Amino acid sequence: MLRRRWTKAIVFLVCLVPLGWLGWRAWNDDLSANPIEFITRFTGDWTIRLIVATLAVTPLRKLLGLPGLIRFRRMIGLFAFFYGCLHFTTYLWLDKFFDLHEILKDVAKRPFITAGFTAFVLMIPLAATSTTGWIRRLGGKRWQLLHRLIYMSGIAGVVHYYWLVKSDIRLPALYGALVGILLIYRIAVWLRSWLARQQTDKRTAPAVS
Amino acid sequence: MLIKKPADIRYSEVTPQSVYMDRRKFLAAVPAAFLAGRELFSPSARALAGTKLTGVVKSQYTVDETINSYKDVTTYNNFYEFGTDKAQPAELAKNFKTNPWTVSVEGNVEKPRKFSIDEILKLAPLEQRIYRHRCVEAWSIVVPWIGYSLSNILKQVQPTSKARFVAFETYYDRRQMPTADYGGLPWPYVEGLRLDEAMHPLAMLTVGMYDEILPPQNGAPVRLNVPWKYGFKSIKSIVKIRLVGSMPPTTWNVANPQEYGFYSNVNPQVDNPRYSQATERRLGEFRKRPTLMFNGYADQVAQLYTGMDLRKFY
Repeated sequence: MLRRRWTKAIVFLVCLVPLGWLGWRAWNDDLSANPIEFITRFTGDWTIRLIVATLAVTPLRKLLGLPGLIRFRRMIGLFAFFYGCLHFTTYLWLDKFFDLHEILKDVAKRPFITAGFTAFVLMIPLAATSTTGWIRRLGGKRWQLLHRLIYMSGIAGVVHYYWLVKSDIRLPALYGALVGILLIYRIAVWLRSWLARQQTDKRTAPAVS
Repeated sequence: MLIKKPADIRYSEVTPQSVYMDRRKFLAAVPAAFLAGRELFSPSARALAGTKLTGVVKSQYTVDETINSYKDVTTYNNFYEFGTDKAQPAELAKNFKTNPWTVSVEGNVEKPRKFSIDEILKLAPLEQRIYRHRCVEAWSIVVPWIGYSLSNILKQVQPTSKARFVAFETYYDRRQMPTADYGGLPWPYVEGLRLDEAMHPLAMLTVGMYDEILPPQNGAPVRLNVPWKYGFKSIKSIVKIRLVGSMPPTTWNVANPQEYGFYSNVNPQVDNPRYSQATERRLGEFRKRPTLMFNGYADQVAQLYTGMDLRKFY
């Protein structure tokens, strides 16, 4: 069923629901007393959620036995980038009003902005090389290596969130735990295959006498 | 002083002309009015909040700036005992019991005593003071508070020569504040001022805002307003005022001493590691505005800090 064409359209629409909801709340003048802060938080929340979702695709494929899930990974990743762009634009435009001097000062001086900016910048090459053409051009191995940057982006995003909150760390801790679990899963899988390789190497290596 | 019962329509509920003229907003106001009407029959409406305060006199300690809407001031709150999201206190503090209430004023004083909230309401003529309120998170509001100078209550207990600082404490009750544990701060919330700061006429003991008794999320039934300092110094729902000999601990300073000093005077030149303090967003405005030294109260309070390095004593 996951192979059907329309399933992609559904995932696409689902990823747009948060934006629609934000628009609806804006239309209804329901963005709190501080709308710019509200929009910034909202788009930031969805960026980190979608980063976690894209990282979860591979483990879920294995755990649920649904290899077809891979068809949605690129789209979810690009939506993470999309909400990241909205988040960054909100900061750039609504918050700082394109005051480049202020922004540079912020990026350099405020650790949480530095981390957030890093998370965002790291996503740019991934979005740019997300096409099948780029996978071919880079070659599967190198492409995969490059796209492991998403972990760095996820970690930087969590740090950005953690440094932003003042004392209630529940949400950044939650996203940190999720990114951590997904990262440990990958490391475990990698270790297992590495050990397996070692074993076969030993077996096939000529005995030293 | 006469406290009318909340059957009277609140001034804040009278439809302003701008709303009346704007159909779309007016249509939104209809369900809001329905909800407000429903509220009248719920237990929270029987609390003191929303009761009109009468006999309030105008004060010389007032700024001539546009007042923020009642809705902004009551739905965007930092009151971590009732949740760390700004919209939460309005909801979670709805049934906060603020009557009966006593404030104990004690420590290095000649006449320590407990004041009931009724006594506090009658201690001195209630004044309306329009103050700027600047949060350390770089947003600000302008609020018409009702109360009087904190010095009134301090003079009643006669501080001794040993009193050099004033320590304040917020009410804490886990049953009424089940979300407090998530706040990540040690409770009860405590704050402090130097005695000369506390005796400054601008330091205000506040019992109301707009023309009403304080709503719970804004620190009912009695709070502090120290307009030249960041908002977290203006402690809410006070139960204890203690005159002490040395600098008392303050909650945010204990939690994060690099970011929040004891003084925490509004100072655009001294940044918080997290926020630039050079500018602020006045709620309701789009572009940020420059932050003023001592939040614009430099003429009145700068002399309190003569000779002090304000970078060191932030």
